[in-house]
Amino acid sequence: MAKPITYYLRTDKMPHIWCEGCGHGIVLGAVLRAIDSLDLDKDNVCVVSGIGCASRAPGYLDFDTLHTTHGRALAFATGIKMMKPGLDVIVLAGDGDLAAIGGNHLIHAARRNINITTICFNNSIYGMTSGQYSPMTPTGKIATTAPYGHIEEPFDLCELVFAAGASLVGRGAAYHSGPLSRLIAKAIATDGFAFVEAVSQCPTYFGRRNKMKNALAMLDWQKEHAVTKKAASRLSPEELADKFVIGELGTRTRPEYTKRYESIIAAAAKETDENV
Amino acid sequence: MRSETSIRLMQGNEACAEGAVAAGMRFFAGYPITPSTEIAEHLAAILPKVGGKFIQMEDEIASISAVIGASLTGAKSMTATSGPGFSLKQESIGFAAIAEVPCVIVNVMRVGPSTGVPTAPSQADVMQARWGTHGDHPVVVLCPTSVAETYTLIVEAFNISERWRIPVIFLMDEVVGHMREKVEIPDSGKLKIVNRAYPDCEPEDYLPFDADAGDGVVPPMADFGTGYRFHVTGLTHDRTGFPTTKRPEVDALIRRLDSKIDKARQEVTFVDEVLTDDADIVVFAYGITARAGAKAVRDARASGIAAGLLKAKTLWPFPDEYVERIAQKARAIVVPEMNMGQLVHEVERASKGKTKVISLTRVDAEPISPSEILSVLKEV
Ligand SMILES: Cc1ncc(C[n+]2csc(CCOP(=O)(O)OP(=O)(O)O)c2C)c(N)n1
Repeated sequence: MAKPITYYLRTDKMPHIWCEGCGHGIVLGAVLRAIDSLDLDKDNVCVVSGIGCASRAPGYLDFDTLHTTHGRALAFATGIKMMKPGLDVIVLAGDGDLAAIGGNHLIHAARRNINITTICFNNSIYGMTSGQYSPMTPTGKIATTAPYGHIEEPFDLCELVFAAGASLVGRGAAYHSGPLSRLIAKAIATDGFAFVEAVSQCPTYFGRRNKMKNALAMLDWQKEHAVTKKAASRLSPEELADKFVIGELGTRTRPEYTKRYESIIAAAAKETDENV
Repeated sequence: MRSETSIRLMQGNEACAEGAVAAGMRFFAGYPITPSTEIAEHLAAILPKVGGKFIQMEDEIASISAVIGASLTGAKSMTATSGPGFSLKQESIGFAAIAEVPCVIVNVMRVGPSTGVPTAPSQADVMQARWGTHGDHPVVVLCPTSVAETYTLIVEAFNISERWRIPVIFLMDEVVGHMREKVEIPDSGKLKIVNRAYPDCEPEDYLPFDADAGDGVVPPMADFGTGYRFHVTGLTHDRTGFPTTKRPEVDALIRRLDSKIDKARQEVTFVDEVLTDDADIVVFAYGITARAGAKAVRDARASGIAAGLLKAKTLWPFPDEYVERIAQKARAIVVPEMNMGQLVHEVERASKGKTKVISLTRVDAEPISPSEILSVLKEV
C-alpha cells in the first residue's frame, strides 16, 4: 500500500459497529487497498450504501458518502453518476440489501451497464436485524426465520448479474483478502457495471447457529470451500455442490450508460439546430 | 431558446415540465403512470436540449432515489407520478426530509385507493401528501388550479425546495394535468429563481448539518464531488452528519426540521381571495374544484347571494390564518372536494368554531360542477 489505510478512514468515527469476528471489516480493507492501488483522488470518490451492517461502512470512509434506504443504494447512485459521470461511484451493501429488497435495482443497473462498482458483502444472512434468512442463505441452514432449516435455494449472484448485462462480475472471500482486493481494483477500473460478491462471515448470527462456533471456524470454512475457476473446471457437479468459485467470473465489453447518454444529447442538440 | 414573453397553448402536464425546466431543473427520473406520463415524455424530449438528463427507472422507488442522488450533486431534480407510484415513493420522501435534500415530487391525482380509476380525477391524496411518509417531517404541498398556474407554481416549488432544503410535493389533479389552456410564458430573465445556499467555509471546517452556519434553520449545502467529503444518512444525525441516538441531539434535529415549516409559512403560503371582503358565505377550494368554485361564486352573486372564494394554492402548511379571518366574518364556509372530505377537517380546525363549515364531497370520478356548489350556496 502506498498510503496508510487510515488515510482513507474517518478514524474519529471509530469504534465501528461490527461484532467481534465480523468479516465486513476485512472486505472493507480490501476495498480500500483497491482504491489505493488505483491511486484514486479522495475528492472524486463517492461511496453509496443501503441499510444493514455492511451498509454502515461508508460512515467510516473519508469520501463523499451516502447511507440511503434499504435496497436502494444503486438507484441513488444512478442519479449521482448520471449528473457527475466523472466521479468514481462505489456501492457497498449486504446480500439482503442487494439481492432481496434491492434485487430489481441490481439487475437494472447491470442491464444499463452504468459505470458503478458494486461490492456485495455476502454473509448469507440478515446481520443487522439479527439473523433472518436472506436470498443468499444456503439450503438447510438455520436462521431465526428458518428454525427448521432453510428450504429455498440461494441465487448465484454473479451469474444473475452477468446475465443481466454487467461488464464484469467476480467473487472473492474475506479469507482471500489479497485476491479479493485485486478483483475489486479491476472492478473499479472497469468502464461499465462491475459486481463483486465478497463472501464475508457473520459468526454472531450465522456461524453460531450453523455449527461454526467462531470467526476462525468460518474463515476455515471459506478456505476449504473456495475453489478457483480453473480448479472448479476439474470438479464434478457433486464435488462442486458445497463449494464456491472465486475469481473473475465474467467480463465483456459493452457501451457504458453515461457515455451512451451523450448520443441522446447530441441528437437533441441536432434537433434544436434544425428547428432554429 | 425563448427570449421574450410568449403565449402558448399547453397541456397542464406540459406546463409542469416546461415550468420545472425554467426553474432550473436538470434531472428527472420517473416511471410511467396515468395521468402523469406526459410530464416524463415531455422531459425526455426537452431536458437533453438544455444540458439536463432524463431517465426512466425500473420503478417509482428507484425514481425518487435517483432524484435524491442527483440533487446531492447539485442538480435541481424532480420526479412525477400518480397515486400508486406516490405510495411507493413515500419512504424516500422521508429520506429527503431528514437528509435535507431538495427535490420536487409531482403527484397528478387520480381516483384511489389502489388502481382505482386510473384516468379520472380525484383530490384524495391531500392527506397522504402531508403525512405519507412515516415520522414527523417537514414538507410543503402546492396545488395549481390552472395550466398557467401550473407553470408559475412549479417554479415556486423548486424555489421553496432549494431555500428550505425540503421535499416539495406538487399536487395536480387529472383535470389540470390533462386540460389545455393558454399560458403566458414569462421572459426567463423575469422569473425569480432561488438556489440552495452553498457553504462559504473551507472543506475542513464544513459541518454539513450545522444550521448555525446558515440562517439558524437551514444548513448550507455542498455538492458531492467538490472536495467537502461529507456524510449523508437517513439515521438521526448531529451537526457533523454522523449518526446519533443521543436524546438531546435527536430532539434538536426533529425540532429543527419541523421548525422549517413555521419559519417558511408566510413565504410559502399562496392563497387567492375573490370577493371575500363582504362575503356572507365563502367557498374554500383548491385544484380544479376552485375553478368550479369561482364560477359558482359569480353565479351566486348574480342571484343576490354575497358569496366569496378562498382559493388555496398552498395546502400544507395549511393556510390557517386566512381561514380563521374568514370564519370570523362569514356565516358559513363551504368546502367542495373530490374526496370524502379531507381538508374540510383542517378548515374546521382553523375556523375554531366561529362559523359553520359545510363539506361537499364527490367521489364518482367526475369533477365537481359549479351548479353543485351553487346549490349548496343557495341552501345555506
Ligand atoms: C424498508 C426496510 N425494510 C426492512 C428494514 C430492516 N432491515 C434493516 S437491515 C436489514 C437486512 C440487512 O441484511 P443485509 O443486507 O444482508 O446486510 P448485513 O446486515 O447482513 O450486513 C433489514 C431487513 C429496513 N431498514 N427497511
